[in-house]
Amino acid sequence: MIARFFLAGLDRRVALALIAVLAIGTVVPLLNLMLPASHGLHVPDYMVALIGKYLTFALLALSVDLVWGYCGILSLGHGAFFALGGYAMGMHLMREIGPRGVYGHPVLPDFMVFLNWKELPWYWHGFDQFWFAALMVVLAPGLLAFALGWFAFRSRVTGVYLSIITQAMTFALMLAFFRNDMGFGGNNGLTDFKDLLGFNLQAATTRAGLLAASSLALAFGLLLASAIVGSRLGKVLVALRDSEGRARFLGYQVQRYKLFVFTISAAMAGIAGALYVPQVGIINPGEFSPANSIEAVIWVALGGRGTLVGPLIGAGLVNYLKTYLTAAMPDAWLFALGGLFIFVTLALPRGMLGLLDRKARRPRPAVADPIPKAAE
Amino acid sequence: MSLTGALLYLNDVTVTFDGFRALNGLSLVIEPGEMRAIIGPNGAGKTTMMDVITGKTRADRGEVLFEGARDLTRLDEAEIAELGIGRKFQRPTVFECHSVFDNLLLALKGPRRVWPTLLASLRGAERQRIHEIMEMVRLRGLAAEIAGNLSHGQKQWLEIGMLLAQDPKLMLVDEPVAGMTDAETAATAELLREINHTRSVIVVEHDMAFVRELDVKVSVLHEGSVLAEGSLEHVSADPRVIEVYLGR
Ligand SMILES: Nc1ncnc2c1ncn2[C@@H]1O[C@H](COP(=O)(O)OP(=O)(O)OP(=O)(O)O)[C@@H](O)[C@H]1O
Ligand SMILES: [Mg+2]
Repeated sequence: MIARFFLAGLDRRVALALIAVLAIGTVVPLLNLMLPASHGLHVPDYMVALIGKYLTFALLALSVDLVWGYCGILSLGHGAFFALGGYAMGMHLMREIGPRGVYGHPVLPDFMVFLNWKELPWYWHGFDQFWFAALMVVLAPGLLAFALGWFAFRSRVTGVYLSIITQAMTFALMLAFFRNDMGFGGNNGLTDFKDLLGFNLQAATTRAGLLAASSLALAFGLLLASAIVGSRLGKVLVALRDSEGRARFLGYQVQRYKLFVFTISAAMAGIAGALYVPQVGIINPGEFSPANSIEAVIWVALGGRGTLVGPLIGAGLVNYLKTYLTAAMPDAWLFALGGLFIFVTLALPRGMLGLLDRKARRPRPAVADPIPKAAE
Repeated sequence: MSLTGALLYLNDVTVTFDGFRALNGLSLVIEPGEMRAIIGPNGAGKTTMMDVITGKTRADRGEVLFEGARDLTRLDEAEIAELGIGRKFQRPTVFECHSVFDNLLLALKGPRRVWPTLLASLRGAERQRIHEIMEMVRLRGLAAEIAGNLSHGQKQWLEIGMLLAQDPKLMLVDEPVAGMTDAETAATAELLREINHTRSVIVVEHDMAFVRELDVKVSVLHEGSVLAEGSLEHVSADPRVIEVYLGR
């Protein structure tokens, strides 16, 4: 039953992507750990960290595609869900430090000691347990998305207005997390992590393990997303994306469907954030920056929205470019990103994979109009 | 509390847009099994009347009762659809990115809630019903065609097919033959008469030849209320109708 559900939506392209993602998750760690540094095929440690990070970005891109590509909800706030998942993980990693902090306090993280706090705020309780933190990684973004979606979709906020609301949400969260008295480390965020589940975060084996975990999460996310869009519910999503009124008059409670995917997608973004944080070693309010959410949308647009696989490629490509350009020409990156966005909107309205689809004349749920309609 | 045996009962319905009365004390009774044609000049309120019945627009005043008991003014579009009222839009509205088959599948009477649709799988009976409907609306062999690629007339037919799939008790059809050739128009009239054997239908149409072909009771709307009602001969002879509508 469950296997059938997951396999029903699988097409060749998604299957290939699954294999590629899992191959990266096994081959890269092996080449890193098993081969001596002098070997030609050895993957250096920094590449492991980089690829691991790209995999989490790809999962974020996938979550954006699920709502934008298939349901027409252009979320400009998915970076917030990513960051919330990241903070939940960061809080666990902070608690894992225990008495090994600079101030040596048995319970309080360094920044709280520094602020002269005497006890742990209530919302930091439980995060010493991995299972609790893992639950929060999904629940915190999921519940926020559910609450926001509940009000927005019920009041039929659509198109540009919805995008603005999501963008405002991530901006508001950024301002809130910047405040020291919120208890999330203010503008420094959470950092100086030591270990996760007993594994030293600086060790090459842990890094390789995190990359493998990210690839597994991405593969599972892809499988879930393809099952959702391949189901009858997936057809309803595309239907209401293209003609919300028609779907309503057929008896579909449109707002419930939107709420369903929006929540699932937010939880997916949260998991991506949780895997991102131990690999980069820090989470700070900058992750809530509105630009981050917009960047994720660009990955999806470039790769091809409504294709599931395209956004993964888009995320990898743009971030590779970013890594390369910010090192080579630090000032050029923003212009390159802006230029890329303009190029994609004008020349590739369906993204890279959309182009392929058109050539192959595949009956895919192609995107009707690339620009979201304002509220009707 | 069923006051009448009527299927649909509109009483004194008024809808105002920024002070302009699109519907002005409109009253209308549709009997079970009836087919009714609604005619009237542009802006008479025909589409607005359908909007009110299907929950798209809220009435400022008046009642809309379905099957004598259900007050439609309190329900939303999806709930009204679930009660058994299907609607065809004035501009053909189908799911352009889906195949003809999937358009009909989504319309088919069946699961409408999130979890059941997530887990639904295509049943043989569903496939068969969809092929029956494609036959009826002359889309045979086009199951895999993307709806966006259909001709205007085919989209109109697909939308009617979707209504059929929905299996409503009452079908509201807004200008079904707009943009159709004469042959297609005649075929549509025949199709609607066939559909009327099993359910009630309200048709809005400007095309007089088509209305004549339907050969049913006609209501003439003008400035948001019913100006005249009766057979087409009867209303066409009415001097007020000639003045506001037919005479021009
Ligand atoms: N949402 C709206 N806001 C403002 N005015 C509206 C709205 N909907 C309809 N109207 C106005 O109400 C009047 C009735 O419109 P309606 O669409 O019901 O006419 P109709 O009889 O269907 O005309 P047609 O034959 O052209 O389709 C028109 O004057 C129209 O401009
Ligand atoms: Mg009209």
